[in-house]
Amino acid sequence: MSQTVLESLNQALHRMMQTDERVHLIGEDLLDPYGGAFKVSRGLSTAFEDRVWTTPISEAGFVGVAIGMAMGGLLPVVEIMFGDFVLLAADQLINHGAKYAWIYNEKVDVPLVVRLPMGGRRGYGPTHSQTLEKHFLGAPGLAIVATNPFVDSGRLLETATRYDRRPVLFVENKKMYARRQRPIQGGRCEAMDARVSPGPYPSVSLSFGSFEMADVTLVAYGGMAELAVEAAERLLIEDERYCEVVMPTSIQPLEMDAIAQSVARSGHLVVAEESPGAGGFGAEVISALPAAAWAALRAQPQRVSALNLPIANSTALEAATLPDVDDLLAAMRRVLPTAASRSATG
Amino acid sequence: MVARERTGQSDYQEERIDPRARFAQMEGPLSEKLYAQMRLIRRFEEQLLERFDRGLLVGTTHAYIGQEADAVGVINHLRAGDVVFSNHRCHGHYLVWGDKPEALAAELMGRAGGLVGGRGGSQHICDGGFYTNGIQGGIVPGALGLSLAKRVRGEDAVAVVFIGDGTLGQGVLYECLNMASLWGAPLLVVLEDNGWAQSTPSHREVAGSMLERARAFGMEAGAIESTDAEAIYTHFEGIIEEVRQSVRPRLEVIHTYRLCHHSRSDDHRPAEEIEARRADDPLPKQRQRVSEERARAIEEAVEARLFEAFEAAEAQAQPAVEQLDDPLLRGMPGPQT
Repeated sequence: MSQTVLESLNQALHRMMQTDERVHLIGEDLLDPYGGAFKVSRGLSTAFEDRVWTTPISEAGFVGVAIGMAMGGLLPVVEIMFGDFVLLAADQLINHGAKYAWIYNEKVDVPLVVRLPMGGRRGYGPTHSQTLEKHFLGAPGLAIVATNPFVDSGRLLETATRYDRRPVLFVENKKMYARRQRPIQGGRCEAMDARVSPGPYPSVSLSFGSFEMADVTLVAYGGMAELAVEAAERLLIEDERYCEVVMPTSIQPLEMDAIAQSVARSGHLVVAEESPGAGGFGAEVISALPAAAWAALRAQPQRVSALNLPIANSTALEAATLPDVDDLLAAMRRVLPTAASRSATG
Repeated sequence: MVARERTGQSDYQEERIDPRARFAQMEGPLSEKLYAQMRLIRRFEEQLLERFDRGLLVGTTHAYIGQEADAVGVINHLRAGDVVFSNHRCHGHYLVWGDKPEALAAELMGRAGGLVGGRGGSQHICDGGFYTNGIQGGIVPGALGLSLAKRVRGEDAVAVVFIGDGTLGQGVLYECLNMASLWGAPLLVVLEDNGWAQSTPSHREVAGSMLERARAFGMEAGAIESTDAEAIYTHFEGIIEEVRQSVRPRLEVIHTYRLCHHSRSDDHRPAEEIEARRADDPLPKQRQRVSEERARAIEEAVEARLFEAFEAAEAQAQPAVEQLDDPLLRGMPGPQT
């Protein structure tokens, strides 16, 4: 059995703190036996007492402290308890940490990682269920990396912490923590063909058929990744059409190569995100499509996102607000009009 | 693009700027050294404002005129490895710290040879452990983090962060006082209370006691009401060593006065108030302690140095636009291990 995403992240933190004394962990309620709200930090305060800083409820303060620590030669990893709370630290991230390396003419680095448990579907209500990283898209100097179960989440976190000299928002998904990682081996992921792009933050592409057969490209990151794979499977079973799911992990800068290559093959594009769509990831993907991919498009790209509303506590309302597999399927059928007719007649 | 891995501590380097050693090596008695530094700050700011009026500079600037005694009183006690985090009104602090009026002038004029290559301008400079940013209160967490990083790395360094009375409205300050006290940070918060937050007088922005705000977090706090450079210098000598030795944070208030406008042409303070405070101008106060002959020699040297500094800055090219690039792409890490 493969590791869960949670185990992968937790073990990576143990590994990093064991091998690099510059790594410090900072955030609320991190001490054992609690070990952080989602238990990603479990065991660390016991093993590395001096390097786990459990903080007061002071997001702006302790994110800023971590920025100072990073400028001072440490490799801090900040845990924001619920990703929603990162907005309290937006000034520190955008006006301070993200700018310093550039405005100081590269006299300093700010090798900071801020972990953000994002996303809904757990009934936490309007202030504990959001997917907010889109509000940081376009802040110069800030990298955004989002993990998913098809990559090794722990190794991704390790790359961000030990190798990346920029401040990185590391987006995790609350629903994803308990999911098992679905490793890719020999170009396969379970029943799917798989491709992994080169580079430190890979994009994973999956298809139930061969990539050359793709009828539509479905781009999804973070918490939408597994839903997208499920939608691709249903598209094959119900409509006999092939979907290539492309899951980038580098959201800023946006990694477009795998997306563009897939769109050039499929001629159809659906983009999915768990947040409301306005001003978000999907808009960025569509506007960043290179000319060759645009020329290949045979229908208007479709965007799947949450309703432009706060997220309700009620399970029924929350489910109706957030995009699900049916929404992804419907969007793919909109860009594949013949599929709908085939389905209707079949 | 493959960037190097961050290994060891060797890639964290800063120029070793040592204000205390430089001050010790300056010629003459304390009175003359302090006067020379203050005169440099005052004339730098005056020449800067005059260049603004001539349209030679863009943007804005926040002059330090009237508060020079604070910078010389505090920063001359700092040594290599210490840290200063300063704010929008940073020229005076920097001239004591780095003593490079030519590089500061070039920066303010947006030139390639400026402290940060023309990227930061008046409010955003950096030089060997000296950092500034233009956001009220937002600099305090960074200063706290730097102080803690120094402690973790086993250095007996002090981080000083300069704030103003207006900063007392910012919540992040109190988050930091709390954490600094909880965690034992060698952080000295120097609050320059000049009576005005831009156009708002202190009595309309600060409730209660400045000192009790810090003491509520279990921090030592003290104050000095003075524009006397020697008094402030003596006051901070022990305080900075105490912060260094105790590894505890401290807040120190300097009640002073800003004799110039906040930034440019935005002064609506009562003229009689400003007039009355001219009697407290730190510069003539210090000049009286220096012989007329030495004072004139210092002033001539300052004029010559500033003339050269501004001339050299003006002669410099603007930064090459080609150096504008995307830090996100440049900063991509190396391959996964």
